[in-house]
Amino acid sequence: MSTAAGDGSGAPLLELRGIGKDFGSVIALDDISTTVRAGEVTCVLGDNGAGKSTLIKILSGVHRPTRGELLLDGRPVDFGAPREALDAGIATVYQDLAMIPLMAIWRNFFLGSEPTTGWGPFRRFDSATAKEVTRRELGAMGIDIRDPDQPVGTLSGGERQSVAIARAVHFGARVLILDEPTSALGVKQAGVVLRYIAQARDRGLGVVFITHNPHHAHPVGDRFLLLNRGRSMGDFAKGELSREQLTTMMAGGDELTELAEELERPAGR
Amino acid sequence: MSATRAPVSRPARADERVAAVGLWRRLLVKPELGSLIGAVVIFAFFSIQSSVFRSLSGVANWLDVASTLGIMAVAVALLMIGGHFDLSAGVMTGTTALTVGIVATELDQNIWVAIAASLVLALAIGFTNGWLVTRTGLPSFIITLGTFLMLQGLNLGLTKLFTGTVIVRGIADAPGFHSAQLVLASRVSLFGQDFRIAILWWLLATAVASWVLLRTRFGNWVFATGGDEVASRNVGVPAARTTITLFMTTAAAAWLVGSITAVRLTSVQANTGTGQELIYIVAAVIGGCLLTGGFGSAIGASLGALVFGMTQQGIVYLNWDADWFYFFLGAMLLLAVLSNRLVRRYAEAARR
Ligand SMILES: Nc1ncnc2c1ncn2[C@@H]1O[C@H](COP(=O)(O)OP(=O)(O)OP(=O)(O)O)[C@@H](O)[C@H]1O
Ligand SMILES: [Mg+2]
Repeated sequence: MSTAAGDGSGAPLLELRGIGKDFGSVIALDDISTTVRAGEVTCVLGDNGAGKSTLIKILSGVHRPTRGELLLDGRPVDFGAPREALDAGIATVYQDLAMIPLMAIWRNFFLGSEPTTGWGPFRRFDSATAKEVTRRELGAMGIDIRDPDQPVGTLSGGERQSVAIARAVHFGARVLILDEPTSALGVKQAGVVLRYIAQARDRGLGVVFITHNPHHAHPVGDRFLLLNRGRSMGDFAKGELSREQLTTMMAGGDELTELAEELERPAGR
Repeated sequence: MSATRAPVSRPARADERVAAVGLWRRLLVKPELGSLIGAVVIFAFFSIQSSVFRSLSGVANWLDVASTLGIMAVAVALLMIGGHFDLSAGVMTGTTALTVGIVATELDQNIWVAIAASLVLALAIGFTNGWLVTRTGLPSFIITLGTFLMLQGLNLGLTKLFTGTVIVRGIADAPGFHSAQLVLASRVSLFGQDFRIAILWWLLATAVASWVLLRTRFGNWVFATGGDEVASRNVGVPAARTTITLFMTTAAAAWLVGSITAVRLTSVQANTGTGQELIYIVAAVIGGCLLTGGFGSAIGASLGALVFGMTQQGIVYLNWDADWFYFFLGAMLLLAVLSNRLVRRYAEAARR
């Protein structure tokens, strides 16, 4: 906690102190602490069910933490709804993308933050601007949509992911959170997403990048929070951890050795 | 859309053909297409066989039947797109009509006071429906079944309590009745034929609903809440507020229809509106609304109501037994559901 990575010398954008979350009797998260700084990427790594999605849902206002403190610019905050987190400049790409399959791309892109024109009772959704911005933002991501009226449900998984990311980048004023954006993607598209993360970082955003792939995390990460069964296995700055160490820790060192032995035995007989 | 493309002499280049397919597909994803075809077919069917049906007075007649139904169908369609049902919508037209009648005659108030009181009551019922649904997370189907039964009981019980019978009479004697009649129950002459003013209210309701649905933020929220409530909440859509507003809109539509009924008939039966709720839903489904929410159209629901009005009057003009009406209705509903499904499948597959 005490060592700040890179040039982030000021107060962290977002700070977690001893965050915990219970779902009934299930302790999904316990005693998690880390920081997110402007212009840095904080990676959250962990196996399935480690609590990664639960953690980001706390940051984005979907869940309230059961324990611990969340600080924005050094001040404690308490998000009661996703809208409040969004208004604080925290945008999220959820693992399930939070898009409505039957709705057009441009309608999804601006969902919840629709631009309006007109006045009084005649205030309306500025669809021309919405379509134009959607096309431009997706174009910037290297996706050329022919028809912004196309329902999102008819896009490929990668395209859908890109729309969700482009949307979050467009609205993420300060903090951008991505929940496993690369897990469903091929090598090439994963590269595009990683480049996009780097771009957002260079624009001065604080990025929280959730993944279970150390090879995706290590090249872009400035800080690594490792989760295992809801608990923190450590919060490291980039210099403190090599890619090999990260991979070993992720796989759970001893467990991997055990697994290797277990798999070898029948062949050895 | 098709009008601008019509003068093209010959689709010579490959591009032209691609554009044509795109247009066809774009038409197919329109939820109201099925009901438009249905309306044209029904109109052709009856007007070929009955000269009264296609005469101006016939048209005025079936438009009138469609009008009050249409006002409700449009509101119910919005609610369905938002992912909910309101089984109390039918009986609420009775509740509001009875309220207008009882406040005007039994409590001796000006008719406009009665109509205003009725609106307040309707909005309160709509709010309660919406609040219960969003608060409990229970299916709206079961919640509104509860309010439906409660209102049905109240309609009968309170009417008997106030009048000693099951009818509220004498609304025409209330002060201010003539101005209310002018607004809600007068006739407008067009091409030498009198049309009920309710038709105008219906067209207005359709236009406003369609505009709200397609052109405003709220419309976007309606589609999103019905499509995936959790996802829309996660991106900041006020889903609960949207749902409650939709229930209140349905209640307000019931109030409009109830007031029109009370002023037009000047007496109201205690069982008014009961059983109509399913017809509204059928009209909305014929209009392309998906039962699962997130897809549909206000214009489609209006066309669905038109199909209803034409069928109901057409059967009368052909001197058929009125029982056939329900057979027609059921057949139309099945056809609509099947074609909705096919059209959507085709549209989505073709876009992949
Ligand atoms: N709403 C909930 N109610 C009850 N338990 C929950 C809820 N959400 C998550 N959990 C539990 O919390 C734990 C952590 O889940 P979470 O979704 O955060 O894992 P994850 O690290 O994102 O996994 P994955 O890599 O599969 O996405 C799991 O055991 C899960 O069952
Ligand atoms: Mg997850």
